[in-house]
Amino acid sequence: MPITTAYKTEIQRVSILDEHGNFDEKLGKDLIPDADLIQLYEAMVTCRVLDEIAFKLQRSGRMGTYPQNMGQEAPSLGAAYVLHKDDWIVTCYRENCGLFWRGVPMESILLHWMGDERGNAMPREHHATPIAVPIGTQMLHATGLAWAAKYRGEKRISCTFFGDGASSEGDFHEACNFAANLEIPVVFVCQNNFWAISSPGKINCSAPTLAQRALAYGMPTIQVDGNDLFAVVKVMRDAAAWTREHGKPHFVEAVTYRLGDHTTADDARRYRDQAEVELWKTRDPITRIYNYMKSRKLWDDSKEAATRERATARANEAVATAEGIAEPHRADYFNAMYAQLPADLATQLATHNTHSLGQTEEAARAAEEALLKAHAHGSHH
Amino acid sequence: MANLNLVQAINLALIQEMEKDDRVLLMGEDVGLNGGVFRVTEGLQARFGKERVVDTPLAESGIIGTAIGLAMAGLRPIPEIQFEGFLGPAYDQICSHAARMRSRTRGAFQVPLTIRVPVGGGIHAPELHSDSPEAIYAHTPGLKVVMPSSPYDAKGLLISAIRDPDPVIYFEPKRIYRAFREEVPEDEYTLPIGKARTVAEGKELTIVSWGASVVQCMQAIEKSGRDIELIDLRTIYPFDVDAVETSVKKTGRCVVVHEAPLTCGFGAEIAARIMERCFLHLEAPVQRVAGFDTTMPYYKLELDYLPDAARVGRAIDDCLAY
Repeated sequence: MPITTAYKTEIQRVSILDEHGNFDEKLGKDLIPDADLIQLYEAMVTCRVLDEIAFKLQRSGRMGTYPQNMGQEAPSLGAAYVLHKDDWIVTCYRENCGLFWRGVPMESILLHWMGDERGNAMPREHHATPIAVPIGTQMLHATGLAWAAKYRGEKRISCTFFGDGASSEGDFHEACNFAANLEIPVVFVCQNNFWAISSPGKINCSAPTLAQRALAYGMPTIQVDGNDLFAVVKVMRDAAAWTREHGKPHFVEAVTYRLGDHTTADDARRYRDQAEVELWKTRDPITRIYNYMKSRKLWDDSKEAATRERATARANEAVATAEGIAEPHRADYFNAMYAQLPADLATQLATHNTHSLGQTEEAARAAEEALLKAHAHGSHH
Repeated sequence: MANLNLVQAINLALIQEMEKDDRVLLMGEDVGLNGGVFRVTEGLQARFGKERVVDTPLAESGIIGTAIGLAMAGLRPIPEIQFEGFLGPAYDQICSHAARMRSRTRGAFQVPLTIRVPVGGGIHAPELHSDSPEAIYAHTPGLKVVMPSSPYDAKGLLISAIRDPDPVIYFEPKRIYRAFREEVPEDEYTLPIGKARTVAEGKELTIVSWGASVVQCMQAIEKSGRDIELIDLRTIYPFDVDAVETSVKKTGRCVVVHEAPLTCGFGAEIAARIMERCFLHLEAPVQRVAGFDTTMPYYKLELDYLPDAARVGRAIDDCLAY
């Protein structure tokens, strides 16, 4: 018997507006109404301004470790722009721009990195999950959330974000496999920013694209210029529509670049060439839209100045709100552990001690009262 | 009333909760068509359909991770991990997410998940099919850990676990899956999570145990002919320290029995609490009869490892003679 081809495919890459200002009229015309484009631009600028302020807050000791989003504004924003309001958006930590577009307050993200869980107490209507710190784990939650929608006969889908490093994690593969085999509507968006802290792409993937990882799970997959908001909007709109219609997952590799360090605790100069960073600065997603709008006479210096001013005011307001929040109480972290505070925890809370000698009657009574109160109120939420 | 073994009692609880609440669904490896490798979910896929009894890919982290998403969306998934030795790949999802989601979000999200896991040794199983990791999960804030020792308890505790708004690891001692039957009401009932059961009353010594070891303890008590109180903890976390305290203050002597390794086993926690609460009532040091600090041997030697009535009997004698 001859040798035949068992399977053959190709990976498509979508680019509409490149860094030189070339615009594909066929794909890009009427894709984003001008009024929307101006709003999207302002969203990216605001996110960038907040990012810069957050960096300074960390350096001046007003915030803990913070992962800058700089350079990666477009993928999550493009997704949030085209997704339905009640689709789940399940992120890691470089999707601030999309979360803000969804309505998550900027102070929530700041609070999270200021060491305050109240930043994660997101109102349900945002359909956004808290920032996931361990790599790739949130992809399974996105799959479960979309599975619940399928179970209930809803048309809701999930869109989850993760990085190139996450594509090495077992959970990446388990999530793709579950979603594909059980037919769960998830759009998996890999933000390939080339660096997983200090690990370059080659350490995490030996294939020419990350997009092709999805082929092994039998799901459609595509690569997009992740610094091109137009291309992201097109690809995400198509992927989300396909997923919603077919009830199955779709994969997107958004090729972007981490312009900043991994976090404020990192120094990328230790492992990457500054020339590479400078090259990618010329591909900045914000500059690209700015130049495009200028060329289309949609934009001028006064509009730019006004936008920057509004962005700075909004970011400063978010910082003030985050810094102005009342100090958390000790009871907050005890009471959040379970729907009802177990008796043992009530004692630990009331006495603020784990040793039993010297426990006063007063403290014991307080423990009992705390327990009764917790149980009278029933579930924490 | 029906005369059921532990497997049948769990099966009945699952049927009743699934009939009552369509948010409840089962998922795991071989739980559907095959009814689970221990047949605990026998007949459930035929009864409730493939949407509610789901055969998943073979990926434990995937099972728990997607179940967390289902639970965050408001459903009540009951994932099965086929053997406790396969919990390892799911450890990250259980401890990093299921246990922390409520706390992390200050209650904005909750994870009402019941993870069913066959546990423990004594059935001539291969490697990683016979361990007792309950202390690991009891040491993880945000989880509840339950382990029944009888069909009656199994049904009542499972229904409580399913209805609990927090994640519960429900360990099923496989050694007693079919070891005996007892009367189990067909009517719905619940048993509170966090309350121990006094299996036998006595005045001379207290034995605290849980899971399949409770049966070994009952045999040891019978052989000893002494007046011994036996407390089945039922729930490892939250732990019913009051029940233990009351009993030990009465008897002044205590033996704790579990299959898990001695060091950092949950018996250590019990001994510490007894010392704190019952110091002046103690007539003898608290004794622990536990698995050894070895890996669980393959089955030719598993009975050598597991606490049995003889080892418990010696501890009883030593503690009474002190």
